[in-house]
Amino acid sequence: MSGLTLTRLSAEPLDPMAEWAAFEGRRTGNGAVVSFLGQVRADDGVVALTLEHYPGMTERRLEALPGAARARHGADLDLLVVHRVGRVDLGQPIVLVLAGAPHRDAAFAACRFLIDRLKAEVPFWKYVHRADGAGHWLAPPRGGAG
Amino acid sequence: MKVLYFAWVRTTIGQDAETVSPPPEVASVDDLRRWLCARGPGHAQALGEPARLRAALDQEHVGFDAPLAGAAEVAFFPPITGG
Repeated sequence: MSGLTLTRLSAEPLDPMAEWAAFEGRRTGNGAVVSFLGQVRADDGVVALTLEHYPGMTERRLEALPGAARARHGADLDLLVVHRVGRVDLGQPIVLVLAGAPHRDAAFAACRFLIDRLKAEVPFWKYVHRADGAGHWLAPPRGGAG
Repeated sequence: MKVLYFAWVRTTIGQDAETVSPPPEVASVDDLRRWLCARGPGHAQALGEPARLRAALDQEHVGFDAPLAGAAEVAFFPPITGG
């Protein structure tokens, strides 16, 4: 049996509790949910980020993640990935991942897998807006995509 | 062939897309990158250092040695920074 799949780009503010409620309302009855919420971090004068994406490719890469997670961590996983595009202010959510599984090990593993793969494979680029009005494109950390 | 640019590649070149018709000897993604560098100083600055760039062919990640092989859409962009 295959579980619930919800993947989406959102140009509107992301409400994690509303996303979680919708996920709970539709999922297939697993016993554990692990969440990851990525937010705009207060690095050195950052007031907001703008998330740029590659229309078409970004959606396709995002939609490919749940199948890859199920192949490794269980066909019955319930999975949600919602990622912001556009401007996101300090402290606000950028990405929400929910992984539901019968037991916690698979839920933790699937959640970790999804966010790691997203960061490595799904095309997004962050432009940093600073308090002094300046800005720059974020470089990935050494050793790979951020 | 349509060429797309994202993030600082886009802002350095000053456009997000262009349609080009490279000559037949432009056979690989890297050939195309070098050919595009001749279109102007913005192109040369944005596309001059392949180590700073990634590429996609018809919306699939590829290496710079990949053959163009009739692709309709090529994209150049920096390493991704989502999540």
